[in-house]
Amino acid sequence: MASVALTNLDPASRAAARGWSDLTIRNLFIIPTLVFLIVFNIFPLIYSLGYSFTNFAANRSEPWQFVGLQNYRELLSDDHIWSNFVITAKYVIVSVAGQMVVGFGLALLLNRSFPMKGLITTLLLLPMMMSAAVVGLFWQLLYSPSWGPINYVFGLGDFAWLSNPDSALYAVAITDIWMWSPFVMLLSLAGLSAVPQHLYEAAAIDRAGWWYTFTRITLPLVSPILLIALIFRTMEAFKTFDIAYTMTTQPTAELIAIRLYKQAFQQWDTGKSCALAYIVLIMVLAITNLYVKYLNKVKER
Amino acid sequence: MAAVRTSSEVAFNRIAIAAVLVATLIFLAPIYWIASTAFKPKELAVSVPPTVLFQPEVTPFIRLFTKRVQMQKPVDPQVYEAAPWWEKRIYDGGERVLKVGKDVQLSQYPDRFMNSLIVAVISTVLAVGMGTFTAYGFSRFKIAGEADLLFFILSTRMLPPVVVAIPMFLMYRMVGLNDSHIGLIILYVAFNLSFSVWLMKGFMDEIPKEYEEAALVDGYTRMQAFFKIVLPEAATGIAATAVFCFITAWNEYAFALIMTNRRAQTAPPFIPSQIGSGLPDWTTIAAGTFLFLLPVAIFTFLLRNHLLRGVTFGAIRK
Repeated sequence: MASVALTNLDPASRAAARGWSDLTIRNLFIIPTLVFLIVFNIFPLIYSLGYSFTNFAANRSEPWQFVGLQNYRELLSDDHIWSNFVITAKYVIVSVAGQMVVGFGLALLLNRSFPMKGLITTLLLLPMMMSAAVVGLFWQLLYSPSWGPINYVFGLGDFAWLSNPDSALYAVAITDIWMWSPFVMLLSLAGLSAVPQHLYEAAAIDRAGWWYTFTRITLPLVSPILLIALIFRTMEAFKTFDIAYTMTTQPTAELIAIRLYKQAFQQWDTGKSCALAYIVLIMVLAITNLYVKYLNKVKER
Repeated sequence: MAAVRTSSEVAFNRIAIAAVLVATLIFLAPIYWIASTAFKPKELAVSVPPTVLFQPEVTPFIRLFTKRVQMQKPVDPQVYEAAPWWEKRIYDGGERVLKVGKDVQLSQYPDRFMNSLIVAVISTVLAVGMGTFTAYGFSRFKIAGEADLLFFILSTRMLPPVVVAIPMFLMYRMVGLNDSHIGLIILYVAFNLSFSVWLMKGFMDEIPKEYEEAALVDGYTRMQAFFKIVLPEAATGIAATAVFCFITAWNEYAFALIMTNRRAQTAPPFIPSQIGSGLPDWTTIAAGTFLFLLPVAIFTFLLRNHLLRGVTFGAIRK
């Protein structure tokens, strides 16, 4: 009875008569947050939607003109922008695939009991907690062709990871894999530890091989959580700005977020960059939608 | 029976543990390189082959905190003798500490570090405060379109920072919030609020409703029950959420790069801007990076049991 009363308080009850009503408290608790988010996230987006139809330039005082869909038309037919999207796609595929393989591999190795497991897991998680911009900057030294430890350890001589147009993007992706594989590892570990032990015992009794057990028991049961990691990392990799921006200036590593930053704050092509921001935004929202859908699915289980 | 293991299983187990140890060393190597470079003499930072073991020294930190005139000849012996120990270290390296009158001129690093601290702490308090109330509201009351509202809240977190920054930059310029602490704090609260709501809702959902019911029966008002029963129960969750929000605000780069340039600039855009042209002084950069990463490393250990929840917005718990 009481639990029903709590969520749907009977207005005549004694508890409701004291102090503020539940309706007042609910509104008081929720509305400020919603208003804050609308004012500082949604309103700016409406504002920039307006500018995306103009030729406004924030560094000039000349009045702007309404240009209709011209910004969008120009952007979608601009080879440069398309190459930025292709670079971003390459980056997303390489770095997310790398993170999934390394992260899930680590989780499989860690999924057993051994001394100091907790400490080692926490140490492995350190890279993803750190500032991508600052750590990315330091990777410049690690990749350095003249005195970088990476070239020394792997005997690569003076291979210039970050200033070679062919390798810059992949060098950034490697750093991203280093940073974010632990994320996939953390989620995979949660998935692996949720697999009921009796299934493995049953498989052992049936003398099932390692590969059979892995593909028929482990993978199907862990795949929902792996999918969540995959979508989440795809979304984040698509938005990547800081790590690539501080690591290299190579045009071949110019991700779409960097392109957007340059167009808005270096070329001051404000109207057009608002339009580009909208194109990026729609893509991100599509992936977000997918993410939340799967998150809810996993939560229900 | 299940405990019986074949010898091949034992061997496999050992190989797996050895592989984990090797992987851990590889993952920690870049962090070790930052930490060790921060204590290296200048010439060892760029030595070939790279130096792993060396006599640590603190000159990178002295260089980090003082304004310097680089590559000056050693000053005259009397001045040298009168200088404090840490200045001598710098003179020994062939550099000069910049002084105006008797006062040593500090570099900009302490200011930028303080800016990071101010912005991260204040934005965390606000985001977690608002998030806790809102999470309680979503956890306990019936709300029309609850799932949609929660999705709306989460989606604000997913907006790419550069996309939001363009209109915010223009609006801030109109009201004079560019390069101000308040401007950056508002952006970080907006960014962390959705995260705080989602994470706190998970923690709130775990607090049994019976606790408040008992309090209401005992004559508490709903507000009293919230402050005296629910908040203390949620303390761990609030602390974990706060640390996550702090780390996010502390590490944030894009907004800080776009919105600040001097007065309110935080450490993340400042540290890369110090690299300049020519041969960078990696020991000083490493020292600045090391001090900047240290709080996050400590917090990661404090948070270790809540990391999973944190990175999935409270959706997946252990």
